[in-house]
Formats: sequence, structure tokens, C-alpha cells
Amino acid sequence: MTAQDFKPASEEHLAEVVAFAVAAQQPLELIGRGSKRGFGRATQAAGQLDLSGFSGISMYEPDELVMTAGPATPLAEIEAALAAENQELAFEPPHMGHMQANAVTDGSIGGVFACNLAGPRRFKAGSARDHLLGFRGVSGRGEVFKSGGRVVKNVTGYDLCKLMCGSFGTLAALTEVTFKVLPRAEKIWTVLAFGLTAGEAVQAMAAAAGSPHDVTGLCHLPEAVAARSSVDFVSGAAASVTAFRVEGPAPSVVHRAAALQATLGTAPGIEVLHSHRSVTFWREVRDVAPLLDSEGTFGNPLWRLSVTPTRGGQTMHDILEQVSGRGMLDWAGGQIWLGLDAGAEDGGVAPIRAVMDGGHATLIRGAADLRARVPVFQPQSAPLAALTQRIKDGFDPKGILNPGRMVEGV
Amino acid sequence: MQMPKPDEAVIARRSDLVAAFREFLPASHVVVDEATLKAFESDGLTAYRQPPMIAVLPETTEEVSRILKLCREWGVKVVPRGSGTSLSGGALPLADGVLLGLGKFNQVLDIDYDNRTATVQPGVTNLAITHAVEGEGFYYAPDPSSQIACSIGGNVAENSGGVHCLKYGLTTNNILGIEMVTIDGEVLRIGGKHLDAEGYDLLGIMTGSEGLLGVVTEVTVRILRKPETVRALLVGFPTVEQGGDCVGRIIAAGIIPAGMEMMDKPAIHAAEAFCHAGYPLDVEAILIIELDGPEAEVDHLTEIVSGICNDSGAVSVRVSATEAERMNFWAGRKAAFPAIGRISPDYYCMDGTIPRRQLPLVLKRMAEMAEKHGLGVANVFHAGDGNLHPLILYDANMPGELERAEEFGSDILKLCVEVGGVLTGEHGVGVEKRDLMPEMFTEVDLNQQQRLKCAFDPDGLLNPGKVFPTLHRCAELGRMHIHRGQMPFPDLPRF
Ligand SMILES: Cc1cc2nc3c(=O)[nH]c(=O)nc-3n(C[C@H](O)[C@H](O)[C@H](O)COP(=O)(O)OP(=O)(O)OC[C@H]3O[C@@H](n4cnc5c(N)ncnc54)[C@H](O)[C@@H]3O)c2cc1C
Repeated sequence: MTAQDFKPASEEHLAEVVAFAVAAQQPLELIGRGSKRGFGRATQAAGQLDLSGFSGISMYEPDELVMTAGPATPLAEIEAALAAENQELAFEPPHMGHMQANAVTDGSIGGVFACNLAGPRRFKAGSARDHLLGFRGVSGRGEVFKSGGRVVKNVTGYDLCKLMCGSFGTLAALTEVTFKVLPRAEKIWTVLAFGLTAGEAVQAMAAAAGSPHDVTGLCHLPEAVAARSSVDFVSGAAASVTAFRVEGPAPSVVHRAAALQATLGTAPGIEVLHSHRSVTFWREVRDVAPLLDSEGTFGNPLWRLSVTPTRGGQTMHDILEQVSGRGMLDWAGGQIWLGLDAGAEDGGVAPIRAVMDGGHATLIRGAADLRARVPVFQPQSAPLAALTQRIKDGFDPKGILNPGRMVEGV
Repeated sequence: MQMPKPDEAVIARRSDLVAAFREFLPASHVVVDEATLKAFESDGLTAYRQPPMIAVLPETTEEVSRILKLCREWGVKVVPRGSGTSLSGGALPLADGVLLGLGKFNQVLDIDYDNRTATVQPGVTNLAITHAVEGEGFYYAPDPSSQIACSIGGNVAENSGGVHCLKYGLTTNNILGIEMVTIDGEVLRIGGKHLDAEGYDLLGIMTGSEGLLGVVTEVTVRILRKPETVRALLVGFPTVEQGGDCVGRIIAAGIIPAGMEMMDKPAIHAAEAFCHAGYPLDVEAILIIELDGPEAEVDHLTEIVSGICNDSGAVSVRVSATEAERMNFWAGRKAAFPAIGRISPDYYCMDGTIPRRQLPLVLKRMAEMAEKHGLGVANVFHAGDGNLHPLILYDANMPGELERAEEFGSDILKLCVEVGGVLTGEHGVGVEKRDLMPEMFTEVDLNQQQRLKCAFDPDGLLNPGKVFPTLHRCAELGRMHIHRGQMPFPDLPRF
């Protein structure tokens, strides 16, 4: 039988589709809006499962800090609804389509959770997994199930919301997500320090993160990367830029920015970005924009490394000694972004994973043949890999949902 | 409460098992005498008691691994235990089971201020972590009221919360890594000092798994810098509705206080009689609102929040002027349990969560239920996140009162689910709420959760009888009914 594509219109219909796919032994690639189809391994599925029917905000109660939406709801739609109430997703999910050079730049809220994305505020506010409160979905057994609820305090049964986050659609096709939303800060300022080496920057960021000044963004852009920012104070620095974000009520922000400036007193240069420039700058950092556009770098490997924050500077340095490209640090050094130049052997996978001591490296963007050849996600130890396989089997025993998206066979 | 039927064949091999444990554990770490075993017979839910068959008290991960491996080989059930403060019977032993006590895992292993982490053994108490780092101005944020006694391993297993989790999150939001041992004796490391672990979120799954998936032998937590200024407001309201409304307005104003706690009239009176905190007695509800951060921020927010309280109909608003006064505001709330203990021979602490706006309805229905069951109830409430702790007053020496208290409790929890909330906000399901799980979940939902357990523990040896009302064999759960392969909805368009 030739592969079939499906576009279910209801949860019941979706369950039927999956049950059919089980019987027909026809794996399916899950598609929300398709912005991240180039992220992860190429799925070993012939047919497509178009989930765009599950779209729209069905519940939003600002004073209860909660929203329910169909997973295919565009992230932009969610963000606009929240902005109208002066609220936001505190974990600042990146708009990944930009990184993928994808025609669809605006992803879906379901994709954000399935890939467990988070932006610069991660080290303070958590990731997507810290905000998903409940979901409904259809397992690879073709059964409708749910977990969690609409309240934050909930320990009733296993926390399957965590498991869904970062499972890349390999365990269930979600039909509804309920998540926590938070007030947006009244004022956003960013203190910039110019000319620090990556090592100095990591120290300064650690000190700021451990200070009482409640910093919500800590990133470091080497000179060549900073030069590509659209924010004048950053691109015009002609030096590396280390950024410290403070957010909150106006009097607090003014006080904390001054306190941070005082502690950074010895840095070669200091500047403060006020609200509009701050917002633009952190959006760029969130979407890794300074590593991407211009110079035709699309298609080249883009890596994301999660490491012990104080090791970030050294790790980035050591890798870039061996492969040519550019990098930047986020999360106080805990997240390294690497945009490598074309021609790195196997997308640089060997030196990257050899230099790392703990943590993990993920190939965020790469040509299809590269993603088929090298492990996109950090390979796991044998016992963890076996456990992963057993978990998959419990949700999707016949390997119907996005098989191979994360690891071959899972 | 029906527990799994003790396996007589296992009990018959008790002395063989003791001998096998003593091959690698010091004799004194394998407890067999009745008097000592009795010390483990219950946890914080004292209505249930059962001494274990054997208790083992390992000191190293290697020992935990050998214990679990042996139990797996012999088909013996295992109940992990931290400090035994669970309020849901999570650490209740089994007559044919080994109790695995983690009290000897009491070392702080590493403190890393630059990366803001502390790595500790699971038996370290919650408060001891803060004690270990407060000299440098840091603390561990989740603060269950039991923090002086409860272990961080127990906190992970229960995903415990505290009065500050409105702003700072629960255990699950504050841990970065664990070492755990599976029932096969395999030692797994998940996460570390980096912010997110790779692959499926096993850290997230382990947190709140109530000892059913593995034994936690090391925990890396996030530590935070202490805020510069902390201030509390003590606010009295003539009605509970106005108090609840005030909480909603504060959040709608874009303010997330460090904590927002509510007490109803019976709780206020009991607390005031117990510790003279200076609570107003002529109100129906009080709110304690804590604000923290730089002084400039706290000053600014104190003004806004006071204004909102007044607009919401508060009859008294007091702002703490000194640290001593702030502690005094909290004293009554923190002593709420012992205070209730003084006005009633026994009390039963419930733990449901509701969407906050349902509070007036829930309190009204609860008062009706109290009348029906003929028992008193006092409420303390994590108002910011809707987590309700009704304390049901009863006397265990009066025949039938315990049963009535339990019935009242389950009526309250069913009501929580009915209004869109959940059975338990932070105390866990354990044995206590096990049989109420179908109120919230379908059989399909529960079976799917048990399939996750099968991935970790295929023989169901870890803490059986907790969380799930019906135990299924993994082979049975794995079976799948395959459809006849008909095209679904053949009339719908395809692509
Ligand atoms: C007076 C009082 C006040 C309380 N206040 C709060 C509160 O404010 N917030 C709150 O959330 N809870 C509260 N609790 C409940 C309780 O303290 C918490 O659930 C706590 O986390 C239990 O820790 P423990 O070490 O005592 O665990 P135990 O009671 O020993 O065990 C609890 C569960 O965890 C499992 N477990 C323990 N250690 C491990 C391990 N290392 N590996 C795997 N599984 C393990 C056990 O099998 C059991 O299922 C309170 C309890 C009391 C008595």
C-alpha cells in the first residue's frame, strides 16, 4: 500500500488515524506548522500527519496566569494574545524557523513544547518544560489520554508534561496544551560591557547571576558576532559585547542597572540599552540572529551546546581552535551557539563532542545528509538509551509517531 | 485501604534474605528486630501503620545498587524512605517488603557558587542545604513547612513545594541533576550542572514519582542569591471572597509576590490563640503577602499592593517594619498545624489545588460538607497558586470519626477536581489518594502512566500499592488491540 497523508479534524479522528497507521504499519511524520522540519533527524516515516486542525486559543484567564490552546496555534498568535494583557511566555521561546532558513518562520506552540525550547531567560525562568501544565493527546497506541491539569501546583500521578517536552513528537500527537503565562516586565534595560574576553565575560556573568540584582539575561557576543547585530550600540562597539539584562518595575530596574554598572566598573566600556533597543537585542539573541543571516551561511551547521556555565568560554574557545566558525554564549555561559563554516568535516561533530566534558551538543541546523550521518542529539550511555527505548515502546510500541526523529529506532 | 497481598513465599525466605544482605552490609545496617522495625511503621500519615519485613540502611550508591539487584533477583518489594514525613503514606512499608532507608546519605558533596549549584546526598534535609550555603548569602528556594526534617530525596520523590513556590517554583523547577539507581541495580546519571538534560526529560519524570521508578542517591540543586530586602503585609478582609479577589487583582497588576498565603477564620483564631502573632480576630480571612528584591523594588511594590488591598475592601493592612515583625506575621501561619492540634485531638491535612477564582464556591461547599459530616474544618491556603490545605478536625478516640474525616476529605478532593483542580498539589498521592485517582483520570490515562513505570520497573517491585488504584502486569499493559486496518473516515479529503 502506498503511504497516506492525513489531516484529522478532531481528536477522535486522530485516534482513528493512528490506529489505522498501527494496523497498516505505516509510520507518520507529525507536522504542526512545519517550521522545524529541518530540526532533528529525518523521520523514518513515509506518510505525513498534518496536525494543523488543532489550532486556536480555547481558554485564557490572565488573572489565573493560564492559557489553553491547540498545539498548532501559531506562536505569534499566542504571543499577541498575551501581549494584549501585558503578559508573556516567561521562557522566551526562540522562533526557530529563522534558524532553519525555513519558509515558515513562525512555529507553533505545540512545537515549542515538543522541542522544549527556551530563550535567554532560561537560567532564571526555566524552559518550556517548566511551563506546560497539562495536555491531551493520542499515543502511538491510538488512544486518547491526558495528563496534568490547569493549575501549577499538581503532583497527581507522574508528570507526563515533562516527558512530552523534548520528546519531539515521538511519544504522542498532542491535541491540546495548557500552560502557565506570566506578567511582562514594566521596564527592560540592558547593561553592556565592551571588550571582555570570553573568559572574563564568563566570570562577570557568574558574578552577576550570583548577585542580588536579579539579572534575567546574560550573554556574550565576540566582536565579529556583535558587529552583525541590528542594535547600533552593539554593532558599533568594535569590541566584544557582554550583556546583562534587568527587568521589572521602573525604580527597581534603574537601581539594579546602576548597581551592575558599579560592579563592572573596571570593564573597558559600559553602555546601557533602554527599553526598545533592549527588546530588539534580546530577540536577536533568542533567535541567534547575529550568527545567522548575511554572508549566505544558511545550510551550514548550527550547533547548540548545553554546558556547565563557567566552562562555556573555554569550551567555545577550544572548539573554535579546531573548526572554523563563530560562536556566542547565552545563559551566563551555559548555552553555547556555534555557527560553523561550510566544509567542517561531518559538520564538526567530532571535535565538538570530544572537547565537551559533560553536558550535550545538538545539531540545530544542517543539511539533510549531515543529519542522517551524524547523531543530531548527544548519544546516550547504553543503559539510558535502553531506558529511552523502553519508554518509547510504552507509548508507541509499533514506532508510528515520528520514528527516528531523535535516535534511530526511537 | 487495600494493600497488595503479602507474598508468604517471600516472608518465608526472610532469614535467607537477611543473610544475603549481611554479606555486603554491616549487620547493624540490616534491621530485623521488631522494636527497631516499628520505628519505620508509618510516615507523616499516621493513620496507616505496617512494620516492614526488613529495613536496610545503606551508606553508598554501590550498596543501594546491590540491594536493589538482589531484591529484583529474589522478587522482593522495596519501599524507599527519606525522613518519613510524607503526608500521603508514600513511605508506608509492606509486610513482605524491604524498607530502604536513606538516612545515612547525609553529606553535602559539592557547593559551586559560580555555577550556583549544590550537590548533596538524598538524606540531607531541605533546610540543611540552605544552612550550608547561607554563609555566602545563598539559599535553596523550595521551602516545605517540614523543611527542618524532610530530606531532599523525599522532596524530589514528592516534588515538594512551599510558601515561596509562587515566585520560585517547586522542586522540579529547582533541580539540575540526579544520580539514581534502577531496580536492576543500574546507576544512572541524569543532568548535572548544565541547565537542561538531553533526551527524554527523565529528571522531570523522576521528580514526583513517589519512589516508584528508582532510588535517588544524589541531587544537584540550584541555589539562589538571597534577596536584599524582604517585607510582609498582613491584611484582614471581612469576607473570604474579598481576600480571593485581592489575590487576583495583585496578579492582574503584573505582580508576582514571593508568597501569598491565606487563612480562614477558624485557622486565624487557632493560630492566634497558639502564638499571639497579633492577627486580627474580627475578620473572615487574612492574607500574608511577602515581597522581596532590592529595597527600591520592595518599597515600590509595597505601595502598589497596599493600594490594591484597600481597593479590595481590606479592613486592616499592616506592613512589617522590622525583620522581627515579618517573622511574627509568619509565626501564626507556620504554626497553623500545631495550633490546630491544640484545639482538636486530631486533624487530617488535605492538599487539593483549585483554580483560584473557585475559592469562594469551594469554601462555601466545604462548610456545607462540614455540617453534613459533623466535623470542623480550618483552612490554610497557598492563595497565589490555588493550593488548599483544609485541616479536618476530629477525634480518633471517638468511634467512627476517623472514617468520617476520611470521607469528608475525599469529598473535598472530589470537589477540587469538579471545579477544574486536582487531587494533590504537593503532598503526593501515596496510599491516601490512590483510590481517588479515577476521579481525575480515565483508565486509559492511568494505564499509560503505568506503562511508564513498566519501562523502569517491569516487575512492579518499587513501592507497589502506592499511586495506582489497580495494578496491572506489564505484559498485560503492553498488549495492543490492532484494528482491522480499515481506512478511517474514508470520506474525508487526503493529501
Ligand atoms: C508538618 C509537616 C508539614 C509539611 N509541609 C509540607 C509543605 O509545606 N510542602 C510540601 O510539599 N510537603 C510538606 N509536607 C510533606 C513532606 O514533608 C514532603 O512530602 C517531603 O518531601 C517528604 O520528604 P521525606 O524525606 O520525609 O520523605 P519520606 O516521607 O520518607 O518519603 C516520601 C516519598 O518519597 C520516596 N522517597 C524518599 N526518599 C527517596 C529517594 N531517595 N529515592 C526515591 N524515593 C524516595 C518514598 O518512597 C515516599 O514515597 C509536610 C509534612 C509534615 C509532616
